[in-house]
Amino acid sequence: MSTSSGISHQKSLLGLRNRAIAWKVITYFLLITLSVSFVLPFMWMVSTSLKQSQDVFTYPPSFFPNSFEWQNYIKGWNVLPFDTFLNNSLIVTFSNVIGNLISCSLVAYGFARLKGRGRDILFLLLLATLMIPREVTIIPRFLMFSWFGMTNTLWPLVLPAWFGYAFFIFLLRQFFMGIPLDLDNAARIDGANNWQILTQVIIPLSQPALASVAIFAFIGNWSNLLDPLIYLRSTELYTLALGLNLFRGQNFTQFNLLMAVSIITLIPVLLVFFFSQKLFVQGVSLTGMGGR
Amino acid sequence: MAITTPTPPKTTKAKLGGMARKEELAFYLFISPWIIGFLLFDAGAILASLAISFTNWSALSTPSFTGGENYTKLINDSLFYKAMGNSLYYGLGSVGLGTIVSFLLALLLNQDVKGMAVFRTIFYLPSVVSGIAVAILWIMILHQDFGLINSFLAFFGIKGPGWLVQPEWAMPSLILMSLWSAGGAMVIYLAGLQSVPIHLYEAAEIDGADTFQKFWNVTVPMMSPVILYNLIVGFIASIQGFVLVYIMTNGGPANATLVYGLYIYRTAFINFQMGYASALAWVLLVVIILITVIQFAVAKYWVYYEGDVKQ
Repeated sequence: MSTSSGISHQKSLLGLRNRAIAWKVITYFLLITLSVSFVLPFMWMVSTSLKQSQDVFTYPPSFFPNSFEWQNYIKGWNVLPFDTFLNNSLIVTFSNVIGNLISCSLVAYGFARLKGRGRDILFLLLLATLMIPREVTIIPRFLMFSWFGMTNTLWPLVLPAWFGYAFFIFLLRQFFMGIPLDLDNAARIDGANNWQILTQVIIPLSQPALASVAIFAFIGNWSNLLDPLIYLRSTELYTLALGLNLFRGQNFTQFNLLMAVSIITLIPVLLVFFFSQKLFVQGVSLTGMGGR
Repeated sequence: MAITTPTPPKTTKAKLGGMARKEELAFYLFISPWIIGFLLFDAGAILASLAISFTNWSALSTPSFTGGENYTKLINDSLFYKAMGNSLYYGLGSVGLGTIVSFLLALLLNQDVKGMAVFRTIFYLPSVVSGIAVAILWIMILHQDFGLINSFLAFFGIKGPGWLVQPEWAMPSLILMSLWSAGGAMVIYLAGLQSVPIHLYEAAEIDGADTFQKFWNVTVPMMSPVILYNLIVGFIASIQGFVLVYIMTNGGPANATLVYGLYIYRTAFINFQMGYASALAWVLLVVIILITVIQFAVAKYWVYYEGDVKQ
């Protein structure tokens, strides 16, 4: 009786272990297969950017270029004034990052730490703005900026960030609310006002959240094509994304050069991503939102 | 020890009143950037859009009031139906498949695997680099004769279709491409999975639940609010996005990928029919609100809320 149950127990344990191993094998098999298919497009991109024009379209396609044409990067970059585009992208992106950091910190502090009538309704309204489709506001915004004489300038790409953005305000507010109130109170007893509490207590403690905002703002604006497409007419105002679009329109068949320039435009995003992955994931789990 | 001098209640109240008023002033001061932005860019813009939708306006001329003419025109506009249908097709396809793929990826990564951070990076990366560079890359990958996908199919003796040039394949191609960025939602699901309390699984095990039962009766209910959130946000995002479509197919072939956002963009900024474009935009707003309301209504039947689910 006791022996048989012992044997069957052993058997079931063995079965469990086999099953666990099989499960592990399947998991890793799936993970590796999927990883390869997720990475392949990137590798294809790099390989194409290094090929000679006549090798881009071959059959069957070769993953390894016959020769490494590093000068494709320089050639592609010089087809159009990409230096100017890069400059414009830097201006737009950094103004947005700074504008968002300042305006969203202020607003988030208000919602997290101060009381006022209508606060909850206003906060709901703030969240509701995330649901508004861009197409609805895009036309009045365009008309407003053209009324101000700001079309075909960088202003429409730069100004809105200084008025806060609901997603970032939400993210910062969530983080600020996690900071113990005791710290505020201690500072207040020492005579600090709201401005001092925000700049000397809250902000120094919120670096991960502020970094998440900076990263999301950087990446979102760096690859933004819609606003430049609508507001910019003169080539010398183009951002990198719009410049790349122009390049594509003019040189549709030179995929090696196109890919080379595309990779250059992706490098800042990749760098930011790799150096700040933890913050990314933190920002996502803090708000349950993906950033865009 | 209870000798702390009690402050007279009257003075406290009066003092608090003054402080509360001061605090309220500070509150409005701190949120004023957003209030101004909201009035200008959101509320003001929405109302302006509604007003413009009742006019005929080329942005250069003075607008002329035309009543509901834009809306009657819309009812008879076959491109309106085409574009709405395309957007719903894309939204259902990319959000439906995207949810399945991103949830499965998150489940795989949640299996206590070694090198989880590396795999997470690999799956997440494509969703970060969206934009024109990626669109150009996918034009190449989907190329009929020399693209990566058709070359792979040819390896098995299958002749792949002209992904972006055949009307019936163009939209599936865009949906397929959208799956490449499923990593964005995956990270959210992964964070959710890791916050499911272990004691629930332990309790289920004591009750004799197997792996599938644990998944179906613990994981899915606990994750359902996160899934709902992703469905709503994902659908709103997918139904309005058009920049990738603009680059890859510009609505073709034969309007097979003319999505709603692209139709509005063309109407407003290529044909300069601001009034008609605003009417189109307002219909989109109403459709999005309707779909969101329906999603919330249906959510009652499948979303499980527990006090401590939301972190």
